[in-house]
Amino acid sequence: MRNYEITFLIDPVLPKEEIATIPDTYLDLMKGANCKIVHADRLGLKQLAYPINKRTTAIYHCVEFQTDDSAIIDKMELAMRRDERIMRFLTVKLDKYGVQYNADKRAGKIPRKREEPKAEVPVERASAPTQASSSSKQEEE
Amino acid sequence: MASRDDIKFLNNPNIGQQRKKYCRFKKYGIKYIDYKDPDFLLQFINEQGKLLPRRITGNSLKYQRKVAQAVKRARHLAMLPYVADLLK
Repeated sequence: MRNYEITFLIDPVLPKEEIATIPDTYLDLMKGANCKIVHADRLGLKQLAYPINKRTTAIYHCVEFQTDDSAIIDKMELAMRRDERIMRFLTVKLDKYGVQYNADKRAGKIPRKREEPKAEVPVERASAPTQASSSSKQEEE
Repeated sequence: MASRDDIKFLNNPNIGQQRKKYCRFKKYGIKYIDYKDPDFLLQFINEQGKLLPRRITGNSLKYQRKVAQAVKRARHLAMLPYVADLLK
């Protein structure tokens, strides 16, 4: 079993009902091909960093799934390429750290806004673990 | 005999020293770099949206490659720009 993650962007200029059904059609396609859906996430309407097809926003969806048969990915990508409502997609194979990261993210272990200390942080402060340093920063504020 | 602690310097001798760079991924045990997190990846690109070199970020080679991969994925999904001005 391998873990994959497919992210796709849906055109926002569509009827609401249609936008709601698009992810379901792809989920059904995956389920029909013996994929185990780990998690399907709607990341929501987001501003694009650059315009795609004259659109400046898109609805992001992300699906994590497990499968033995990699042929389904070709099928999915072909279907998405033919689907004009999908503006972009990206399929990624997740390594064990990626799977762990996604599980942690769902469990809420990873804060939404990550506070990484900058490279200029003094050495004695930086020796504390990430979460401790980020929490102490908040206290200071 | 005066030891080194007893000597008084006119200038602070620590001022000119370079702080040692380190790889934050190794230091904090971050194993996976999420390409869907553009705010995090913003730390590794300059204001034109170009990847910063390792000599500035201090990343180890292993994680610099992963950062580069994640930034490129984020660009494809329009989470980060390919070209920009005044990104920061």
